[in-house]
Amino acid sequence: MLRAKKQTVPFKGTKEQENQLKQVIKELRDEKGCLMPIMQKAQDIYGYLPIEVQKIISDELSVPMEKVYGVATFYAQFNLMPKGDYQISVCLGTACYVKGSGNIFNKIKTTLKIDSGECTPDGKFSLDACRCIGACGLAPVMTVNDEVYGRLTVDEVETILQKYA
Amino acid sequence: MEMVNIKINGVDVQAPQGSTILEAARLANIEIPTLCYLKEINAIGACRICVVEVKGARTLVTACVYPINEGMEIFTNTPKVIESRKKTLQLILSDHDKKCTSCVRSKNCELQKLCHDYGVDDADRFQGVANKFELDDSAAHMVRDNNKCILCRRCVAACEKTQGIGVIGANERGFATFIGSAFDMDLADTACISCGQCIAVCPVGALYEKDNTKEVFDAIADPKKHVIVQTAPAVRAALAEEFGYPVGTDSQGKMFAALRRLGFDKVFDTNFSADLTIMEEGTEFLDRLNNGGKLPLITSCSPGWIRYAEHYFPDFLDNLSSCKSPQQMFGAVAKSYYAEKNNIPKEDIVCVSVMPCTAKKFEIGREDQAANGVPDVDFVLTTRELARMIDRAGLMFDALPDEEADAPLGLGTGAAVIFGATGGVMEAALRTVVEIVTGKEAPSLDFVDVRGIEGVKEATYDVGGTTVKVAVASGTANARKVLEAVRNGEKEYHFIEIMGCPGGCVNGGGQPIQPASVRNFVDIRAERAKVLYEIDKNNPLRKSHENPAVKELYDTYLEKPGSHRAHELLHTKYKARDLYK
Ligand code: SF4
Ligand code: SF4
Ligand code: SF4
Ligand code: FES
Repeated sequence: MLRAKKQTVPFKGTKEQENQLKQVIKELRDEKGCLMPIMQKAQDIYGYLPIEVQKIISDELSVPMEKVYGVATFYAQFNLMPKGDYQISVCLGTACYVKGSGNIFNKIKTTLKIDSGECTPDGKFSLDACRCIGACGLAPVMTVNDEVYGRLTVDEVETILQKYA
Repeated sequence: MEMVNIKINGVDVQAPQGSTILEAARLANIEIPTLCYLKEINAIGACRICVVEVKGARTLVTACVYPINEGMEIFTNTPKVIESRKKTLQLILSDHDKKCTSCVRSKNCELQKLCHDYGVDDADRFQGVANKFELDDSAAHMVRDNNKCILCRRCVAACEKTQGIGVIGANERGFATFIGSAFDMDLADTACISCGQCIAVCPVGALYEKDNTKEVFDAIADPKKHVIVQTAPAVRAALAEEFGYPVGTDSQGKMFAALRRLGFDKVFDTNFSADLTIMEEGTEFLDRLNNGGKLPLITSCSPGWIRYAEHYFPDFLDNLSSCKSPQQMFGAVAKSYYAEKNNIPKEDIVCVSVMPCTAKKFEIGREDQAANGVPDVDFVLTTRELARMIDRAGLMFDALPDEEADAPLGLGTGAAVIFGATGGVMEAALRTVVEIVTGKEAPSLDFVDVRGIEGVKEATYDVGGTTVKVAVASGTANARKVLEAVRNGEKEYHFIEIMGCPGGCVNGGGQPIQPASVRNFVDIRAERAKVLYEIDKNNPLRKSHENPAVKELYDTYLEKPGSHRAHELLHTKYKARDLYK
């Protein structure tokens, strides 16, 4: 088995998605510098670029998978992990950070057993750190999808997560 | 060639049009340091150690990639240049594990030498947070320690371009950048072919072979063990480099003397089993040629190439000769024929081989490489490890006499010694095959068309009325070209020699590491190959089938090439391997 990095969520790609990607590759493959655009399209199709998807790109283009992975990890626009149904984002900007958002971030990590940028195996929650979202008056702040939670304490974290579980 | 007039440090210099500043300066006997640049391998102008001043240019320019033009005035050693190089080094050191005393490359590390040359008195000048990387020691043949990596990317270029493999590359960006594999897989889980070309080009101690010197010292010290050693042809073409001799020094005599003084019970030679390989492989070739067997036959001496075929060209596995590599044939014979003849239990024999190759370390653990129920070969040392043992044992290499290998498994012909250079196996095979078929010696024993360092060579020979088309490729990127041409019907051959490393074993991943300052100006492949052709020329025996020890082995033990017993001992099988585990 592939010892893929941080791959906590089982791959759920469909045959349709694969055909769609192969079609994209067929259309773009002869253009110079086609790797990036293909990877962007692949991310549009799957939402992220797990090993299974990078393998298709690598096989179809006959480029080493490391080449694809190198590009995927170089540019911040590419995700190696899917986003959860509930996307948690904790502000680690200065204002939030001095008010203890780091502790809140860590609490979520231990509660959900995932790292920054990862997604729980059931696909429910994903976690990211973000820079200032302009709600410094409410520091420390986190968001779950479009919901904003301000003046948070570490103790509140579990109750909030339970709302979505 | 059109020449361009320039001035370097105030002195008039003429250099060919199209030269870089680096090359032109060299013609004027001025050295400019390089780290990321390595001739024919990497030219990315990234590290900026090679900066020089050019009159009229706003900033310092990188000499390794900057072309000269008429009237250019270049300054290579102004205080500004020297200060810039020093600062570049200090920045590298700010994220570098500086434990030189325990580093395998200490004494021939390019970074260490430059720090010394540029008077880096404060190695911690820019020290801040440093990366901490885990060691990757998953592979059978090598270790990657990214804490010593300076991100020059020479290894990446060697793997991807020279070898056409590309299992390593730069991951992440900025300060977090490191060299690794897709999804940070262990190297052992990738389709790395163990060639070690990445090690051979690394300027520092970030890449090195798995060291077995301690195990070998221990075996020698164990009175119950009968420890024998074999040395591959290419080792003698390079070993002396480790002791300061120039590239292209014949080390054969001192090598045998050193091995004897290290305490090996018998000092043998892989040349013996290279001759044996020719007998088996030549027979196999004629059999396939005459009986409608699978052609082209492709040689199987290079375990890097074999792994490449298994991962990347599984549709060619039936084309591979079933012959084990000379290293493995040697072990199989030593632990049967030699053991029985001398009444030594095979379990007590420790078979050590000194190889120019890291893939040999992988090979000894392959399936079907234990013909006598014990491993054919127990330990593989690279040429570099042998040099380490000689140093550790306090042997003064300069003062060693020239000695010979022991009989019988130390006897080899000129045909065997050229196995170490690309084209050598083909030439050795032709010398024997032509004579078997025609019953007469070939008009010339020198098959010069298959010599030389070109990546792909072709020739056509008349073998007793049959036209035989041969090809020779070295470096797996070149092997790919040949195989693709065969696969799509563009080319047809009867016999192909493939070596995993560019130039063949003389340039193997286990050979002494020459710094960029040498490699940019000396073709180490050609210089080392010359040593082998010279030894061949001076050997009274130049045809494998005339090796008396090999003849005796057949007469008294194996019966004839391709016999049942020969197959049990000397042949093997291959299997398709995945691209990712
Ligand atoms: S890589 Fe070079 S500079 Fe770094 S620790 Fe090793 S010898 Fe010293
Ligand atoms: S050993 Fe060869 S195949 Fe493996 S990483 Fe190094 S250069 Fe690439
Ligand atoms: S491992 Fe060696 S060759 Fe590769 S990038 Fe690092 S320093 Fe350069
Ligand atoms: S930039 Fe010239 S050697 Fe690196």
